[in-house]
Amino acid sequence: MTVEQRPDPSKATEPTGDEPVVEVRDLRMRYGTHDVLTGVDFEVRRGEVLALLGPNGAGKTTTIEILEGFRARSAGDVRVLGSDPAHAGEDWKARVGVVLQSWRDHPRWTPRRLLTQLGGFYAPYSTPQRRRPHDLDALLQTVGLTELADQKIATLSGGQRRRLDVAVGIVGRPDLLFLDEPTAGFDPHARREFHNLVHRLSDLEQTTILLTTHDLDEAEKLADRILILAGGRIVADGSADQLARQVATDAQVTWTLDGERFVHATADATPFVRQLFAQHGEQVADLEVRRASLEDTYMTLVAQHELGGKPSAEVRLFTEGAR
Amino acid sequence: MNATTGAIRLGLRRGWTEFMQSIRSAQDQGYFLFTALAVLGYLILRRNSEVEGSDLLYPTVALPSILGALIAFGMVIGPAYALAMEREDGTLLRLKAAPHGLTGYFTGQLLFHSLGMLPQLLVILVPSFLLFDGLMSGGLGGWVTMVWVLVLGLLALLPIGMIIGAVVPNTQKVGSWGMLPVIVLAGISGIFYPIQQLWVWVQVVAQVFPMYWLGLGMRSAFLPDEAAALEIGGSWRTGMTVLVLLLWTVIGAVLTPAVLRRMSRRQSGSQVEAARQSATQWVK
Repeated sequence: MTVEQRPDPSKATEPTGDEPVVEVRDLRMRYGTHDVLTGVDFEVRRGEVLALLGPNGAGKTTTIEILEGFRARSAGDVRVLGSDPAHAGEDWKARVGVVLQSWRDHPRWTPRRLLTQLGGFYAPYSTPQRRRPHDLDALLQTVGLTELADQKIATLSGGQRRRLDVAVGIVGRPDLLFLDEPTAGFDPHARREFHNLVHRLSDLEQTTILLTTHDLDEAEKLADRILILAGGRIVADGSADQLARQVATDAQVTWTLDGERFVHATADATPFVRQLFAQHGEQVADLEVRRASLEDTYMTLVAQHELGGKPSAEVRLFTEGAR
Repeated sequence: MNATTGAIRLGLRRGWTEFMQSIRSAQDQGYFLFTALAVLGYLILRRNSEVEGSDLLYPTVALPSILGALIAFGMVIGPAYALAMEREDGTLLRLKAAPHGLTGYFTGQLLFHSLGMLPQLLVILVPSFLLFDGLMSGGLGGWVTMVWVLVLGLLALLPIGMIIGAVVPNTQKVGSWGMLPVIVLAGISGIFYPIQQLWVWVQVVAQVFPMYWLGLGMRSAFLPDEAAALEIGGSWRTGMTVLVLLLWTVIGAVLTPAVLRRMSRRQSGSQVEAARQSATQWVK
């Protein structure tokens, strides 16, 4: 039995200082002759919401599946909640939540039956600090499936199914939750609801969350920190603000003068605007200063990488020309 | 509470839930009804023909063989399809993500498919006993024999089904990897055609697999002792039946956990996603 050999989950669940929840050192992954990850390093701290961004094929899903313990890595050091996910035992699974995308599983079950069944596996890992599994009615309420709790899963709509996926992922009240493109296919309302749910999990349950997404707006809203993965490496790491500064993308100033519209990109908007007023005074109208969005930052960083590390000035020209 | 015993209990509940859902579903009721009508129709058509070399009527001899074949078919193809499908649709992955979830999953599968034999037996046995006379000559002893033959058959066959379900590349392949061999084996196992009239090497092949022995054991349960004269060696070969079925059980018990472990290690979200993509792709 592995249970006896492993640390008591009640102790392991307690915050143990500042050690990171996820630690990745020089992670490499190769499929045949194709290198997907060529040395990924990052950490996730307790209670943090981290978004992993990157173009298709950059290795986001590969990275997350290695951390989930679903995929064996080629090389590198990975610790998740203090264990190597490739060899972690069943106790470790009790502390990790994975939101998987369903398509036709358990069609004859009802959400209530399925959540009761799956939640049952977490009951032996309940602690006074963290009751496992989640209270069923509260959980159904959280994901907005109370009314549908006793309907066959086959009759749920796509969006309702995705909410059930989220419920299954958090039924064990995980310390760490993995979300791989959680809102793909959500309508704006469902997306808003989901964002609130992530905030609640992070604030009220102190759940550490690692998510991948293609929605930059979503990453900016949810994540404390953003990692951009491109070409098998992390090319940027920081909050949305920090990333914008790191890339030094230009702000965009627009104004009208005698009914004519002007646009100017500048690295430092303040002196430019001061000068603009000094020159034209009250003739300046409709002034707007737009700081670089996360999307601009992202595009620049990914383009930088794709140009193979050419000087960033050239990259800026390239991206400006492309606009 | 120990997490493993807890998972086994959850698995038993899972199997029971799936069984209840199955007998309530129109699809599964349809399958049972269809097999029952097909078997009964076949037996009714030949209700008056006598079996060569004995004074037994055809339905008397054929019923236990057909039951054996249907059970064997269900015990191999049922789990094979279920596992192949649940690998693709993420059911297995969901349980893999839960602590001791796979223990629960496979416990549930074993119970579900074992219970699934009962409605199959009932829908054929009950009307058969109403329609035909002299089906069970062994009395209580015969029923006892039927039960142990079925239990041994179950233990020998379920692992085969699970292994097929674990190694097929996708659900569609269960047809060619699972269904075809089982149908061929049923054809040469003396169910529809006396095995002694086949080539010797075919008889040998048939006797390597558990299906022949399940049929033989079922005939020994239902038929009078004189009918043993129709079998190979003129005997029910009860000892040999137990031995072969147990041997397959041991092979299954040794092989299955390793095969299932290897299969479930490879389960991941992107594998399920790939299966979904390829399943929705009609033309390949």
